[in-house]
Amino acid sequence: MSGYYQSEDLAKFGNIGQHGKLLADDFFKYYGDAVGSDGALTRREKALIALAVAHSEKCPYCIDAYTTACLENGSNPEQMMEAVHVAAAMKAGITLVHSVQMQNQLKKLVL
Amino acid sequence: MSVVSLAELSPSRHDFATQLRTHGLALPPLAIDTLQVNITKLCNQACRHCHVDASPARTERLSRAGVEKCLEILAAHPQIRTLDLTGGAPELHPDFDEFVERAVALGRHVMVRHNLTVQFDGHPGTGEQKQYLPEFFAKNRVEVISSLPYYQEYFTDAQRGDGVFQKSLEGIRRLNAQGYGIDGSGLLLNLVYNPVGPYLPPPQAALEADYKRELQTKFGLMFNGLFTITNMPINRFRLHLEKRGQYDAYMDKLLAAFNPAAAQGVMCRNLVSVDHNGEIFDCDFNQQLGMRVFGPQKAATIFDFDFDALLRRDIRWGSHCLGCSAGAGSSCGGATA
Repeated sequence: MSGYYQSEDLAKFGNIGQHGKLLADDFFKYYGDAVGSDGALTRREKALIALAVAHSEKCPYCIDAYTTACLENGSNPEQMMEAVHVAAAMKAGITLVHSVQMQNQLKKLVL
Repeated sequence: MSVVSLAELSPSRHDFATQLRTHGLALPPLAIDTLQVNITKLCNQACRHCHVDASPARTERLSRAGVEKCLEILAAHPQIRTLDLTGGAPELHPDFDEFVERAVALGRHVMVRHNLTVQFDGHPGTGEQKQYLPEFFAKNRVEVISSLPYYQEYFTDAQRGDGVFQKSLEGIRRLNAQGYGIDGSGLLLNLVYNPVGPYLPPPQAALEADYKRELQTKFGLMFNGLFTITNMPINRFRLHLEKRGQYDAYMDKLLAAFNPAAAQGVMCRNLVSVDHNGEIFDCDFNQQLGMRVFGPQKAATIFDFDFDALLRRDIRWGSHCLGCSAGAGSSCGGATA
């Protein structure tokens, strides 16, 4: 990671409360409960979802953090790569399904 | 917890003793029920994470007199129920077989940290074959504890060398053929997982289930339990971390994951560790760091073994102890909390 994003800045995530502690506290509690705890989904499953989202949202901090989190929760590299393919396939599908809109518009334009 | 607050602290922030004080913990020895002996630094492998810095080039080993003294200690102290032989590859010590047989004859439970590949590689210096080991282990009902860093080739070979995964599978197959890892045989084969990089092990029970499913369905292999072990930030692994600029971040991770329950289960409270010179340490890690059990000025050795004094000792702590207290904890028997 280089340029605008710095790896060591991930450790400053906790600082988002500097100018808004209450909201930051609320967020971190929500974040911990939703992502960092076993629930209806296991932490392992949640980490794979987070890894996929990290890629679709192109967040370098999240990619670093959830690559580690996936390993620490017992996922293997094939499972991690497959999660990224799910994100990629969704992105492709989301793009392609919008061609329906294009076709609708086409029909309106064609005499 | 704010991660940034850790990063801004002084370089001495990775202090285990401070963590104990902060959490109101005192950790005196509870027992000495295991004599762990590092009988040789010679190994057929040279793993990237090895805290012993073992390799085919090492020559250090316990003397014949040292082996005899360990056996005398076992005979005189029935409280020490287990002999835990490690290395290097302990099977490469010339007196290994006799050491095992005589400890078993004394009624002791013998554990061997067996790297699986030594069965095929043999002695790196003399070429002596070691294919007899599974049968030898079974005959003496030794508990076999073997590193297999992952149930897939990629991570295992990255850490232990090309070809190690396939060779390890064959080693397990030969142990299974003797009854190891098979229900009802009473022959224990436990595997050891450790992370391939600067991160913590996954939960032990879930990972054990993965290992069992994958090894059984893909390779038809069986084992009893999986021990998850955290990589210790000393020696070869520490150098690796420093080279990559990851040492401080790894120590911060261990510190942030400090778990008082895991700290209370640290293995040094129940064993002592003997090096190739016969000197006694709190654990294998303190041994590799040369942290003498009674302080820098006074060595304790098997040749002046004092069970009661060792039981009254103050265990010596260092920053590396954070590796044993992080998350679910780590010991030679896996997670502790």
